[in-house]
Amino acid sequence: MVKIDPSEITPKRLYLSRRQFIGAAGATIAGAMALAACKGNLPSVTATEPPYNGATTDELGATLTLYGDITHYNNYYEFSTDKTAVAGLAANFPTSPWSIEVSGLVSNPKTYTIADLQQFSPEERVYRLRCVEAWSMVIPWTGFPLHRLLDDVKPTSEATNVKFTAILDPTDMPLQGSNLLSWPYVEGLRMDEAMHDLTLMVTGMYGGDLPKQDGAPIRLVVPWKYGFKGIKTIVKIELVNSQPTSTWMDAAPNEYGFYANVNPNVDHPRWSQATERRIGEVGRMKTLMFNGYEKEVASLYAGMDLKKNF
Amino acid sequence: MNTKNRFFEYWFPILVHIACLLPIPVLLFDAWQGYLTADPIRGAILRTGKIALVLLVLSLVCTPLNTIFGFSPALRVRRALGDYSFLYVCIHFAIFVGLDYGFNFIYIGYEIIKLYALVGLIAGILLIPLAITSFPPWPKRLGKNWKRLHSIVYGIDFLAAYHYILVVKQGVIEPYLWMILIIFLLVLRLPPIRHFLSGFFIHQD
Repeated sequence: MVKIDPSEITPKRLYLSRRQFIGAAGATIAGAMALAACKGNLPSVTATEPPYNGATTDELGATLTLYGDITHYNNYYEFSTDKTAVAGLAANFPTSPWSIEVSGLVSNPKTYTIADLQQFSPEERVYRLRCVEAWSMVIPWTGFPLHRLLDDVKPTSEATNVKFTAILDPTDMPLQGSNLLSWPYVEGLRMDEAMHDLTLMVTGMYGGDLPKQDGAPIRLVVPWKYGFKGIKTIVKIELVNSQPTSTWMDAAPNEYGFYANVNPNVDHPRWSQATERRIGEVGRMKTLMFNGYEKEVASLYAGMDLKKNF
Repeated sequence: MNTKNRFFEYWFPILVHIACLLPIPVLLFDAWQGYLTADPIRGAILRTGKIALVLLVLSLVCTPLNTIFGFSPALRVRRALGDYSFLYVCIHFAIFVGLDYGFNFIYIGYEIIKLYALVGLIAGILLIPLAITSFPPWPKRLGKNWKRLHSIVYGIDFLAAYHYILVVKQGVIEPYLWMILIIFLLVLRLPPIRHFLSGFFIHQD
């Protein structure tokens, strides 16, 4: 048997205090991270927070994401692939004058200015936004259901899909000078999806104007689909009779489908969609089917294989 | 290059140690100040992963710096760079398991089966024997096998860059640049190329 000198044995008092030290150090690091996560709010570059007296939670009781987080964590590839850089780069983007042409298979084609859109009575809607990158926010948008606009232009019976096109402005959108994606950004919906009351044309947020980094002056929000379906800076809406190819379908057809419905059971080929981080919180939550709007929209996809139609 | 002076003998390794440890207080400060983006946990994971990759690549730079440019002090910090890389891999993994997933092993199970996570996990596990055997008495005890064992670091570099490639969205090119740099550093070690370049740089002085 090996003899151990008593002096080599660490006294219990000492090794316990070492453990305490390691524990305390770990707790400090975890605590600092947790604090930062709750704070999250970055120094504001451009957006000044408007006064807001609207709802403070969504219908499931989730707290709104901080204004500073919504305006400083943006996937907006026209400006940058760095989410924190978009706010600064979009600050001088010209959003006025602006008009939206609505054409294609409609009996009453029209071009609207942003002011004209007031006739569709924008209202506040608190929606969850689930990014395909597995994070989410709760955002109080101001907008009007797309069906009000479509009713105004009167789609013909041949129209099966709606195609949205964003602005092409390489002078003011630095990355449109690159071939990162095929510009301008294009998105599409099926007619019944476009007519659904949850589908929102958004012109404002948190009771104020829509910040430029979030897609001003007008963007789409489809809350049961991944965030990239919410095309920003829309200049054209066309009613068509075939399924449009969206920008991300074109860039990576095996990763991004036409439907892009939030679905915890259908993973992105490279990462899981089962859980998500709510921005401002530590840890993760389970992702809900159709982002928690299953009751409202599941019937649109009855009988469809959602693994194939991802 | 006169590399025998006191600066390179004494201060250079100390500066490298300080530089390798500095990101830890900076990370804590940034976490405290809210500078890690609106998703600070992801911010911390990306940053610690990047630091681990940079240090691993720097450890690969040491040998060609010596063999091609005759900068021998680089060899004195090679082990430290590799070990610090392992330290940041540990922090990276601890944040992933503890803060990102809150030790929820069901949630971790959904994610760990993905190729990017497996590749990262394998790279991290392969670093463990290298980190342990980088300290005495292992180099002497293993003898020739030590070099053989540590040559797997080339494969680990490859896996680390691939892990990075797998997590970015299409169109982001940075991880591919790291992969190219790693391949370039490996090519520098091929004997004919090494001999040609060392003849060119060292004997021309």
